[in-house]
Amino acid sequence: MCLAVPGKIIEIYEAKGLLMGKIDFGGVIREACLTYVPEAKVGDYTIIHVGFALNLIDEQEAMETLALLDEISRQDTET
Amino acid sequence: MKYIAEYRDSTRVHTVMDEIARIVHRPWVIMEICGGQTHSIMRYGLDQLLPTGIELVHGPGCPVCVTSLEMIDKALAIAAQPGVIFTSYGDMLRVPGSDRDLFSMRASGADVRVVYSSLDALKIAQENPDKQVVFFAIGFETTAPANAMSVFQAKKLGLKNYSLLVSHVRVPPAMHVILGSASNRVRGFLAAGHVCAVMGYWEYAPIAQKYKVPIVVTGFEPVDIAQGILYTVKQLEKGRYDVENAYARVVSFEGNQPAQKLISQVFEECDQTWRGIGNIPASGWKLNSDYKDFDASERFQVQAIKPKESPLCIAGQILQGLKKPYNCPAFGSQCTPEHPLGATMVSSEGACAAYYRYGRPQ
Repeated sequence: MCLAVPGKIIEIYEAKGLLMGKIDFGGVIREACLTYVPEAKVGDYTIIHVGFALNLIDEQEAMETLALLDEISRQDTET
Repeated sequence: MKYIAEYRDSTRVHTVMDEIARIVHRPWVIMEICGGQTHSIMRYGLDQLLPTGIELVHGPGCPVCVTSLEMIDKALAIAAQPGVIFTSYGDMLRVPGSDRDLFSMRASGADVRVVYSSLDALKIAQENPDKQVVFFAIGFETTAPANAMSVFQAKKLGLKNYSLLVSHVRVPPAMHVILGSASNRVRGFLAAGHVCAVMGYWEYAPIAQKYKVPIVVTGFEPVDIAQGILYTVKQLEKGRYDVENAYARVVSFEGNQPAQKLISQVFEECDQTWRGIGNIPASGWKLNSDYKDFDASERFQVQAIKPKESPLCIAGQILQGLKKPYNCPAFGSQCTPEHPLGATMVSSEGACAAYYRYGRPQ
């Protein structure tokens, strides 16, 4: 139920007073409400739950996490 | 697809699992709150990759599972009324009420429609001004911004034929119940990543301190879950009990401020009955006085409901991490996804359905 899927914002527009967008989920395009992420820009990645963007995905944080995990594997090879 | 493939990378999962095995010295019981995480753990076999001694137990974070039987019976009674279009997220349709479910209501002629989003329900109301459109607003904090937006829009548009049957639940009060129980075995928590995407994780520090349990905000992909377990085990081994964030690409400390603002504009706290667990004080949200005209349980008078629960089902104990699905004598025999006795077997995120589907007989 709390499933939320990452997608890329490819279009932003207003409809009936709501900030809406077209989201590309790896080739499948769906509409979603962007009202809760007013800072969204075309090209940003977001996480969508029941047709609403919950947050934008922070690329910097994502890279840092992966670097941290890959560091564990480097330490393993060294020791 | 970016932000999926790198978090399903099996080399990374194994690296993190090896690190867990390297640092663990004592047995620990860890609970993942969210049913979506339970499903991921079973689907990718993460429980079987963990070193012996680390046991995962499955939490109550499945809104379909914990929506009270009384509320489902109320939904069925409203859906049965003439002139009503009853709309719901698809997961709720097969959940058994006392004597039927929404699917069988639809088969017998009621206008029950599945919607992907609450805004779809709103659209149905605009397109059918001669009908009363009711939306079954269930969910945890994750779903509250969506549900709140639909009723906020309905009020703005002056819609008179739209209402919500609200059954909202919140995670922190349920954690208090689990940790406060004399039979509690849980020593650490994976907090539900998408609940925290909305709410942030500022609510969890008092819980971690009071019960001395580490709480780690965790995502849903296999690497995310492995990372959440690693952080939890690290803290447990060092005797620490802090709140940590292992899902930083999506979750911030404060959460989504505009979403929290609209939630507080539309909802207020209330006591809530959790199926299988019972009443938990201040664990839910209901529409506040500004929005009470949109409350379906006020708009439709339904007769007093006396729900009948299956005497065999042990879902309540499973949802509190006290028992596993295979401890239930009905699991896989009288109770299957085709003929469920309780909601944990119905919802794809329910622990019983996950054990059944991915084959965890023992």
